[in-house]
Amino acid sequence: MSTETSPAVTRKKESLFSKKNKKLLSDPLNDSNPITVQVLGICSALAITVQLQQAVIMSLSVLFVMIGGNVIISLMRNMVPDRIRIIVQLVVVASLVIIVDEVLQAFQPDISEKLSVFVGLIITNCIIMGRLEAFALANKPGPSFLDAIGNGMGYAWILLVVSIVREIFGSGAISLPGMGQVKFLPTSWFISEGGLYENNNLMILPPMALITVGIIIWIQRSRNQALIEEN
Amino acid sequence: MAINKNSTIYTFGFSIVMVIVVGTSLAYTSLSLKDRQDANAADKKMMNILSAIGVEANRENASELFADYVVERVSIDGSGRQVNATLEPVNAKDKQDPFSIEVMKDYRSKIKTAVKAADGDAAALQAGLEAADLQFPLYRCMKDSQNLFVVPLVGSGLWGPIWGFVALEDDMTTIYGANFDHKTETPGLGAEIKEGFFTDKFRGKKLNTAGPLLFSVLKGGAPTNENSVDGITGGTITSKGVDEMINRTLAVYLRYFESQSQTRAQK
Repeated sequence: MSTETSPAVTRKKESLFSKKNKKLLSDPLNDSNPITVQVLGICSALAITVQLQQAVIMSLSVLFVMIGGNVIISLMRNMVPDRIRIIVQLVVVASLVIIVDEVLQAFQPDISEKLSVFVGLIITNCIIMGRLEAFALANKPGPSFLDAIGNGMGYAWILLVVSIVREIFGSGAISLPGMGQVKFLPTSWFISEGGLYENNNLMILPPMALITVGIIIWIQRSRNQALIEEN
Repeated sequence: MAINKNSTIYTFGFSIVMVIVVGTSLAYTSLSLKDRQDANAADKKMMNILSAIGVEANRENASELFADYVVERVSIDGSGRQVNATLEPVNAKDKQDPFSIEVMKDYRSKIKTAVKAADGDAAALQAGLEAADLQFPLYRCMKDSQNLFVVPLVGSGLWGPIWGFVALEDDMTTIYGANFDHKTETPGLGAEIKEGFFTDKFRGKKLNTAGPLLFSVLKGGAPTNENSVDGITGGTITSKGVDEMINRTLAVYLRYFESQSQTRAQK
């Protein structure tokens, strides 16, 4: 394949785990977190964080699509015609999402039912398209792979934290994959059984996910001064 | 050889190759997972049927419990005549097995147009359903030494399809239990049809075999009798959809039940 029309820059080969590449992994976890700093992909983060189990499966799905998309687009970056590059990205992401959806339907039917449209909506997750356009199209597969893991994990950890908070206070339990829901409190403690404790139903509703994300952003900004914009 | 990446020919070529690669890999994934997905769908169907007769099953024991409770599977045609009946274990691959009748597909391809064409006219609807050459599955279950008949329903809600199962008692008019589900009804409004507070209302109600309507889902606090339940506030169109699918579907089955009780009486 000729590379005459693409900028072929020959650089000294750098190790996959150079300082710069490590930053690709660690930045999205904090300084440029896709959810709390860039505020992308909020839709799914709010909708599927009622239970930890759903959040885990969703995170894994996004991580898979993210890594697959970034690496494939990065491998093709010198072949993709500029005029149809967005369509090409969309096709790659869409096919990966369909694969994820089919696999979930086959192996995790109950979770697939609960996630319903949100697996399909990974296609429109701005984090993925954003990383493909901003990073994978201009970088080699190695760094793109790391960038995908970094951003995928940045998305995942917020989802996990939000879902743990919501499930503990909303359902009084934690659902671990493969173990079902583990209740913390004996049933006799609940008001319905004559006890004193009541689950907070507000935690189950989507607005509480937004508030939880907001609190995470608040904590993150108070600890990380670099994120605070100057007026 | 230099290739102009931005030339039209290259762009077309690239697109064609991409479509072929993507199409092949997706078709392969879909085909290789189809068996598992079908098995999951069958389990889910069994769970729903069992839930209509008040038996809670999960994916592990669904087929086992289904074999325990469901004693006979019958398929009938649009005019209520029995087409096929089997006591054998479920064979989801056998197209003749009433269990493999895809009511959702039939609804989408034929019943929906028949309903639209009839426009509320019961006689026209019946003629339309008979002309559509369809089969309707019926599950006879045995629970606490009582015959229960489970009827699958499909209809339209506000945004998309709704479906469910109604279990009738041995007298074929008393509702033993019901469950409903939906694809995309509004959460908090129409989507509530799947919740227990709504489905529980159907228990013990009777079909009005004499009246113009077999059963009604009423709007907003209207007084209910033994042939009706209160609909869902804010979910009027979904409630109407439930009403419509119950009346349309059960009318077909009632013709079958009538012919059955006649033959029983003759015996």
